[in-house]
Amino acid sequence: MSEAKPIGGRIFTWPFMACLAVVLIAVYFLAQRFIYGLGAVTNMNDGYPWGIWIAYDVVIGTALACGGYAMALLVYVFNRGEYHPLVRPAMMASMFGYTLAGVSVFFDIGRYWQGYNIFLPGFANFRSVLLEVALCIGTYVLVLWIEFAPAILEKLKADRLKARLNRIIFVFIALGVLLPTMHQSSLGTMMLAAGYKLSPLWQTGFLPLLFLVSALMIGYAVVIFESTISCVAFRRPLETDLLGRLAGVIPWILVIYLIIRIEDVNLRGYLPLAFSGDLRSNMFLLENTFLGLALLILLYPANRIKPRLLFLSAVFIMCGAGLYRINTYLVGFDPGNGWQYFPSVQEITITFAIIAAEIMAYIWFVKKLPVLADLKHA
Amino acid sequence: MQAKDFDRIRDRLNGVSRRDFMKFCTVIAASLGLPLEMAPRIANAITSPRRPSVIWLSGQACTGCVETLLRPSHPSLEHLILDLISLDYNETLNAGAGHQAEEEMQKAINENAGKFIMVVDGAIPLKDGGIYCMVGNRPFVDIVREVDAKAGAVIAIGSCASWGGIPSAAPNPTGAVGLPEVLKNRTVVTVPGCPPNPYNFLSTVLHYLTFNKLPALDSSGRPKFAYGRLIHENCERRPHFDAGRFANKFGDEGHRLGYCLYKLGCKGPQTYANCPAVLFSDVGAGAWPVGTGHPCFGCTEQGVGFTIPLFTQAIIKDPTPAAGQPPISDEKGTGISVGSAALLAGAAGVALGAGAVFTKKLGQYGDDDQGNSAGGE
Repeated sequence: MSEAKPIGGRIFTWPFMACLAVVLIAVYFLAQRFIYGLGAVTNMNDGYPWGIWIAYDVVIGTALACGGYAMALLVYVFNRGEYHPLVRPAMMASMFGYTLAGVSVFFDIGRYWQGYNIFLPGFANFRSVLLEVALCIGTYVLVLWIEFAPAILEKLKADRLKARLNRIIFVFIALGVLLPTMHQSSLGTMMLAAGYKLSPLWQTGFLPLLFLVSALMIGYAVVIFESTISCVAFRRPLETDLLGRLAGVIPWILVIYLIIRIEDVNLRGYLPLAFSGDLRSNMFLLENTFLGLALLILLYPANRIKPRLLFLSAVFIMCGAGLYRINTYLVGFDPGNGWQYFPSVQEITITFAIIAAEIMAYIWFVKKLPVLADLKHA
Repeated sequence: MQAKDFDRIRDRLNGVSRRDFMKFCTVIAASLGLPLEMAPRIANAITSPRRPSVIWLSGQACTGCVETLLRPSHPSLEHLILDLISLDYNETLNAGAGHQAEEEMQKAINENAGKFIMVVDGAIPLKDGGIYCMVGNRPFVDIVREVDAKAGAVIAIGSCASWGGIPSAAPNPTGAVGLPEVLKNRTVVTVPGCPPNPYNFLSTVLHYLTFNKLPALDSSGRPKFAYGRLIHENCERRPHFDAGRFANKFGDEGHRLGYCLYKLGCKGPQTYANCPAVLFSDVGAGAWPVGTGHPCFGCTEQGVGFTIPLFTQAIIKDPTPAAGQPPISDEKGTGISVGSAALLAGAAGVALGAGAVFTKKLGQYGDDDQGNSAGGE
């Protein structure tokens, strides 16, 4: 096991302050939202009851937070211990991602003061996919905090507690692999319920599988993305060797995903729809072009050890798989009867604030807690 | 209007009740596009003891225009038509004939100089000194000019009088022209149509009687209230045009189902008239050419009627976008705004820029910098 160490340094750097400014503006809008209701700040309507807060904050947000899931799967399930230095930062990013996704669900619940009913068996609707997602994400947030707890306990020098936790942490690690498998596919299942309202370019029985595979894909891409950025930002050496080997997993996932994705549309006979030239067809082409480009880069082992190409491929995967989710939840969705939706300035600002809060928390945690691998031991 | 005013004209109306008379005035007000409060004023104008004198001259005409005025099947309307004006001269309807009739005309002209209405139906031949239409041994064109000199208002009824009509059709052997061509210095109200709608004529006359001025006219002298709208845009078969459902042959499936007659040469897209709205002969719905399944042939439009062959397809004057699948529901919800678009575009720009700078910076690390600090301590 590699040793992790806080990297220290000033907290209030200018990126931190910029993020803080965005968060403060969003707090003002959020106050409006909680006092005057959803209609005061969002463009959501009866046709589009899910806006950007669900499509980005939850559906993409949790996918971007799948780094922990993807790494746990690799390290603990497939027993590839050499990737262990990547686990803790990935786990931490997952923790933030999922926690903020859970928080933003509460922005989105119309009567938020009744939100706790989700967790009361007498009030929950057990026939709802949404409930499955809610409970699963709720539990997973808890599990993530427990999984990350050793880092906090190290900081607090609570050695006995840490030792005790370490004896049972395998349960939580197992849960941490099981839960995302359940709810990431359920995110796809939710749009199955949309039926014909979702364009045939996205509506398919494979939605749960595609969502699960794309979550893994984004998970590995995010690990590469975060590691590269934090190494450059905190002036640490790049982990290209480790990342390059990790990147060898991605083409397999990409190929499986793209075959299912394209062949499914093709076999259902809707591939010509992709070339009809309207917004939906172009978005379909765009999302798959991103993934195709990433595959093109990562297919060649020589490219995987070039930091620049590695980073680019990670960005392409995040864009492509992120677009897939945005398209499934918003662009490809047409409730009919003339409904239209585009996020309002306030909605977008709050979403930006979620991202900004994540960055701030990341900066604070890596500087104060033992997250990143200690260089001397790396 | 008061019962006693109506009593003054009761005997002239041949048994038309006061109620029917007021209904008629209301119809006239409506076809003029005037508010219904105008009906009493129109009634007063009609019942005023001094009926306007009308001198009706017929040139190269088929008498169809006179016939159309006599044929509305509304009860006793023909009596109203003949009695609300003092028709002092009309070759079709004159009781007398020959020199007697001509003398009556001269008398009426002199008595009502500057006040009477001259109505002309039929085209006016100009070739060879106008010898192709002679009345009482005088070329018709001379009579028209002479009567015009003393007329208060001039109305050309029918397509022939309005712009030449059938007599002027190529090769136009008699040099036939419409009244506006002959009386170039005079505002001639034209009421084209073959035949014209009698209500358009009556409405024009009554407008003059009620307000002492002519109704608003378009560039070819047609009253705008009647000729301001394109038939194609007010046609009951327009939905079939928009949906692409056409009759291709007389008697085919589409023709029997009442589809658009455009492909049969309907000139509705080029013709301005109120036929679809006012209809003909007071017999109810569909009583106009297109309504009965015959393409419009553009009789009110110079350069279309009697000029463009019947089965030639019309030029669509105001091309309207094909309403392939027009939205049938209102847009609901809020779409993209300048602010949200700018915010997203700005963020995307920043991300793209930062990404580009970052990727460039990554290049400096090279491919074998693994484990070496790049610029840090």
